[in-house]
Parts: sequence; C-alpha cells; structure tokens
Amino acid sequence: MAIETTYRDALRTAIIEEMERDEDVFVVGEDIGRYEGTFKVTKGLFPKFGSGRVVDTPICEPGFTGIAIGAAMTGLRPIVEMMTMSFSILAIDQIINHAAKIHYMTGGQAKVPLVIRGPGGAAHQLSAQHSHSLEGWYAHVPGLKVVAPATVEDVYGMFKQAVRDDNPVIFTENPGLYGIKGAIPEDKDFTVPFGQARVAREGKDITLVSYSRMVHVCLGAAEALEKEGVSAEVVDVRSLLPLDTATIYGSVRKTHRAMVVYEDWRSGGFGAEIAARIGEDCFDDLDAPVGRVGGLNVPMPYSRILELECTPNEDDVLAAVRKLG
Amino acid sequence: MAELKSKLPYTTAQLEDLFRQLVFIRHFEEKTNFAYRQGKVGGYMHVYIGMEATAIGWNAALRHGYDYVITAYRDHPQPLLMGTDPVHVMAEIMGRSGGTSKGKGGSMHIYDIEKGFFGGWGIVGGHTALGAGLAFAAKYRDEDRVTLCYLGDGAANAGVFFESLNMAALWDLPVIFIIENNKFAMGTRLEYHAADTEMHKRGFPFGMRHERLDGMDLFQVCDDAKRIVETVRKEGKPYLVEAMNYRFAGHGAADNDRQLYRTKEEEDEAMKRDPIALFQAKVLAEGALTKERMAEIDAEQAARVEEIYARADQSPHPDPSEVYEDLYTDMEPEKGH
Repeated sequence: MAIETTYRDALRTAIIEEMERDEDVFVVGEDIGRYEGTFKVTKGLFPKFGSGRVVDTPICEPGFTGIAIGAAMTGLRPIVEMMTMSFSILAIDQIINHAAKIHYMTGGQAKVPLVIRGPGGAAHQLSAQHSHSLEGWYAHVPGLKVVAPATVEDVYGMFKQAVRDDNPVIFTENPGLYGIKGAIPEDKDFTVPFGQARVAREGKDITLVSYSRMVHVCLGAAEALEKEGVSAEVVDVRSLLPLDTATIYGSVRKTHRAMVVYEDWRSGGFGAEIAARIGEDCFDDLDAPVGRVGGLNVPMPYSRILELECTPNEDDVLAAVRKLG
Repeated sequence: MAELKSKLPYTTAQLEDLFRQLVFIRHFEEKTNFAYRQGKVGGYMHVYIGMEATAIGWNAALRHGYDYVITAYRDHPQPLLMGTDPVHVMAEIMGRSGGTSKGKGGSMHIYDIEKGFFGGWGIVGGHTALGAGLAFAAKYRDEDRVTLCYLGDGAANAGVFFESLNMAALWDLPVIFIIENNKFAMGTRLEYHAADTEMHKRGFPFGMRHERLDGMDLFQVCDDAKRIVETVRKEGKPYLVEAMNYRFAGHGAADNDRQLYRTKEEEDEAMKRDPIALFQAKVLAEGALTKERMAEIDAEQAARVEEIYARADQSPHPDPSEVYEDLYTDMEPEKGH
C-alpha cells in the first residue's frame, strides 16, 4: 500500500525513519530544531529527538559544515541543512576543499558519510541572494555525489540512499516542489539508487532531458506538444553525479532529437554538460542540433514578473522545440 | 615505579625516550629537507625544526589510539609520535605508493585515521572546524576522548576558526585548540597580521579558558599538557592554548630567503632556546643523563632515519592506473580526458 503524501512530508518521513534506524544519524543547521526549519522540513524533529540529535547552530555555514565533516570522519552520519543552497556558497571551502577530497587524499583511510541538503533554485520573490541553482557547481567536483529528485517517491527513496551512502552527497530540493503530491511505499528500506535516470514520459519524436522541478515543466510541455502532434519523451536525470548517460542516450537514439531543460543559468550550467555529452556520443543519431533551455543569465530579480521571466516555463520549452524543427 | 635518578620526575628510560623523540623528529625533518633538495620530494613541504618540544610534549599527554589529533600542513611529527610507521610517512612525503595515502596526499596531507591522526590540511584555518567536529563526535557518543587541534598564528585570524571557537564553547566540546605561535604567518610577522598579538585572548570572548604557554622547553610543555589534557578530559569543555615557539627553518622548503621577513640576529637569539639544547642543559645539570648516552641516542636516531629514508625510497611510484582509486567508496569515477 502506497502512502499519499507531499514532497516535504516524504522528505521529513525519510529523515525521521533514518534517525530511528541509525543512532549515528543526526541533523544540524540553522533554525532547524526549535524553529522547525525555514521550509518546515524538520518540523517535529526537535521534540522527538532532542537537542543532541537535532542541532540548532549559530549562523556560520563554514563552521557547522566543517563540524559535520569532522564528525563524519569518525563514522557519524550528519545531515546538514542549508537554509537555502545559496548559503552553501559560504561553506564551499569546507565542501570542496575538504569533504570532497578526504577519501582520496587519505588514500581511502577516511570516509565522509555526509548529506548536505536544502532548497536550491527560485522560490517566490526571494531575489538574487536566495535563489541560486548550484547543483552544476557541485556536480563539477569529483568526490561529491549530487542528486536532484523531482517526485515524492524519489525524494523519499533518494534521501534514504543519501543517508546510507558513505560519500558526501549534495541533495538539492527545488522549493517549488515541497508542496507537490505523490505517494511513497510502506517499505522503510525503500531506496532509489544514484546514477539511474528515469523515463518520466514515453515518446518518440524528441527527448526532453531535465531534473528537479524542470521535469514537471517538461511534462507540461510534452502534453502541449502532443496536441501539436509531437510525441515527446521526458527523461528525469535525478542524479547528476553519477550521471546515467545510458538512459539519456537510449532515449535520444530512439527520438533523434534532444532538448535539455534546466533552471540554472543557461551558460555553463549542468545542462550544458548533458548537451555536450549527447553531442559527442550521439552525433550520428541526431536529426537536429542538441537544444538547450536554461535560466536567463542575470541575477534573480525580486519582481515576480521579472522572476518568472528568468525561470524556464512550458512556453519557453515549446518555443525551443519548435525552433529546433 | 622505577627509581628516579634525579630531581626530575622522570625515570631514566622516560628521559631517554623524550630525548629520542626530540632528535628523531629533528633528524627526520632534516632528511626530508635533504630529500627535497635531491628532487625526491616535490610541491610544498613544511618542516617542524625548532618546534619539536610542542608536539612531543602535547603528544605525551594523550591516550594513544583513543584521543584525536588534527593539524595543518606542518604535519610530519604528529603521526611519527602517534606510532605511524615512519617509512610510510617518509614514503608519502616522497609521493610513493607505500605512503600513508598511497602517494595522493604528500607532505601536507599525512593521515593515520586508525591511530587517531586526522591530518594534514592545506587550507589555513579550514581544519579547525573539523577539529571541533572530532570533539563533537566524542561528545555525541558520550566518550571522554580529547581532541588536540593544532593551528598556526596565521590560521588564528581565519573566520572559520572564530566560528569553531564559538561552537566549541557553546556546546562544551572536549577540544584543545593549540595555536602554535611561531611568530610568522608564512612571511608575515605577527605584528603585521594580528590586531592583538596575544593570541590566547581569542578564547576570551567565548568564555573559553585560555593560556599563553612556552612551547620550547619540553619539560614545561609536558607539565602544561598533562594538566590541561586531564582537565579537558574530566570537565568536557574546550581550552585554548597559545604555545610560544619558533621555526628555525623557513615557512616551507621553497622559502629560501628568510631575510625578507626576519634578521639573522633574531634567528640566532631564538636558537638559543633550541628545544634539544634546553633539554640537554637541564638533564646534564640534574645529572639525569650523560652527554655520552645522549650522543649515543642521537647517533642511533640518525642511523634510524637513514634506514627509514632508504626503505621509503625503495617504495615504488604509483602506477598511473591508481589515479582513479579511492575517490569514492563504492564506485569508480568516469575515466579518460
């Protein structure tokens, strides 16, 4: 029997179940305990587990991320909440210079079973310093794993996988997804392995490749395209590092057209990496150049009208597909 | 307990052991300098010559195999004192596959996690948060492990260090931050890099106990370290120590012109407090060890270091195929250029 729930509640359920399963798992971050979390993901955890395992920190991302890394090196399994992924920029020295390097730099002696999670991408008029999509930055870094689940089932199963993983995992949640509905299985050991993309919708004329909230934009665009007689397949990448190119290529080899859709700045974002790979490895299968739809290359503005202008929507995808021919 | 031969509260065997550690670290570091000049060591390398008493005295106060130690990039002595195979340390410095990190760390990144040595870090100040994290883990598990977190006077200006001090004090983490004040942040003198040159006062705003202590006289360091480690173990609260020492060598092996930031006269003055000379003067004055015995130990250790170097030099360089190993615990990275 599946349990109907939301993305936010499924994530919270996964956190609670992993904390109940393993005493080494704890959560740490700003305003996550007594205040219940800015996006309420950690609501109810503090009374349940206490201040020892739900650790409210001072406002100091480098410091508390470093503490989590040090603790992880001794075998604990910290879950770090970034109030928004934009704030993880402060901790990027700890994440990239430290966490990502440790297993390698110690010659395999030390493991870092660490999850860094939080909302990444535009929410609603949070403007330029709270709206970054940084998954491409992190997916650039060897030693990290980076995932961006789009559905309720995936956020539940991939979070459990992240906590059980012995490597540092960047777990990014688009704030626009917290309220979406879906179902999770009853099995408390349900996990979704990393490095496996998901075909979210089958089609035969074009492949729309995306992850996180943009999967839903692509699904909407695919419905509209269907009315125009174009059958679009939607591939939900889910895991950026490791990346399942086999599923992406399999789809492109079937449809012969590819459009990569991502919310991050268009220039240099992770979608560019996916597009480059399709171009390199599927050149002979393509009937058109690989297309891309990304966020506008400007800081996120405050005005709702301008914010919506920056973030790719169904119309942007449709226009790009039509242009591709 | 064996009978004490002098007024010093150490047996002859203990005194010999302390002296052995002093000259061993000195010879080991001099050998790494030699290896660097021979082209057997590359990159950045920072030796501990002149500062030996600090690491030896604090190490002596630890429960080995239980307590945690973490430091920055001047990291050769700690693993050697904690029982890591010195051939593995030397091989790592030389980038060989028999090194502690199989040649992937180098001089700045020595680790022996099993023995409680957590590195070995190159981002100045960055590891202080990890040190607080080691202590956090001990507290989380309700263990009475103590963590020693060494840093330099330069690192004591880093923002993340202040963040770590705050959390260590806020959460009562059993960590001892040891600021090794050797008076230079690389080539920048203390007076030019710190608004308040009394580094121990950095503990004050956080209500953390703090002391400025000598880092050159091994007997003094041993006494202070024992007292403070016992206090932290018992009370489970952090402590900040400013250990006053001096590096006789340059910042790193590539620092060839020390006159840019200090005078020969200043160095000569500092070297009057060479920790080896201080130790020798004390034990001779007390009649606790003879000159001849110490010369014997010195020669033994010099020979031992030669042997370590020769064995490390026999360790092969890594095979190019090893480049992909140990990036992830459970998968291989993508391959190829």
